[in-house]
Amino acid sequence: MREGTLGLHAKIGLSRGDDVEDVVAQTPEVIVRARPAAAVPACLLAWLLPGLGHLYLRRKVKGLVLMGSILSLFLLGIALDARLQPYLGFDDPLAILRSLAQMAMGLPYFIARALGVEAGLVVSVTHEYGNTFTEVGGLLNILVILDAFDTAMGRKDTGA
Amino acid sequence: MMASHLLNLTIFSAVVSTVFAMLLRPDTRSRVRFGLLAFGGFMAAALVVGWIMYPFPL
Repeated sequence: MREGTLGLHAKIGLSRGDDVEDVVAQTPEVIVRARPAAAVPACLLAWLLPGLGHLYLRRKVKGLVLMGSILSLFLLGIALDARLQPYLGFDDPLAILRSLAQMAMGLPYFIARALGVEAGLVVSVTHEYGNTFTEVGGLLNILVILDAFDTAMGRKDTGA
Repeated sequence: MMASHLLNLTIFSAVVSTVFAMLLRPDTRSRVRFGLLAFGGFMAAALVVGWIMYPFPL
C-alpha cells in the first residue's frame, strides 16, 4: 500500500487492510458532501416549486421526477374541480389543515388562485377527488422539502 | 372529466408510489422495485377494501 493512501484511509474511516478501490467498486451510489449553507435556500426553492430544491442541490433526475409527479398531481386535482380557497374559522378545524396542505404546494397554488380556478365545483362528481389530489400533492411536497434539507446537510449520501 | 373511480385510483397510486420511491430508495433498481410494490399495494388494498365495503349501504 502506498504511503499516500493511508491518509485517505483515515479520512474515510477504513482500516489499514481495506482496499479503497474495492470499497468504491462495491459502493455504486454517489457520495455527496454536506452543504449546510445550501439547506435554507434549498428548502425555500423546494417549497416554491416541487423538486426545485433538489435541482439546486444538483440532483437533476430526482428533482425532475419529483417536480413532474407532484405538479401533475396538483394540476389533475384542479382539473377534477378541487377547491383551493382556504377554509377559515373554527367551525371545521380539520378543513384548516386541508387548506394548509394545499398551500404547501407553493407557487403553483398561488398562481392557480390568481388565475381564478380556486372556487372548484362542489356539485362535480370528482370534487372530492380533486381536493384529495391537491392536498396530497402539498403533503408530498412537505416530504420533498424535508428530503432537500437532509440532502443539503449530508444526511442522505446516495441517489442521483 | 375523468369520472372513472378506477382511473383516478390508478393515477393517484402511480404518482404517490413514484414520489415515495424517489424519496425512500437510493438507486434506480431499488426505486423501480419499491415503486412497483407500493403501486401494487395501493391498488390491491383499495380493491380489497372496496369489496369489503360493497355489502354495506351508504
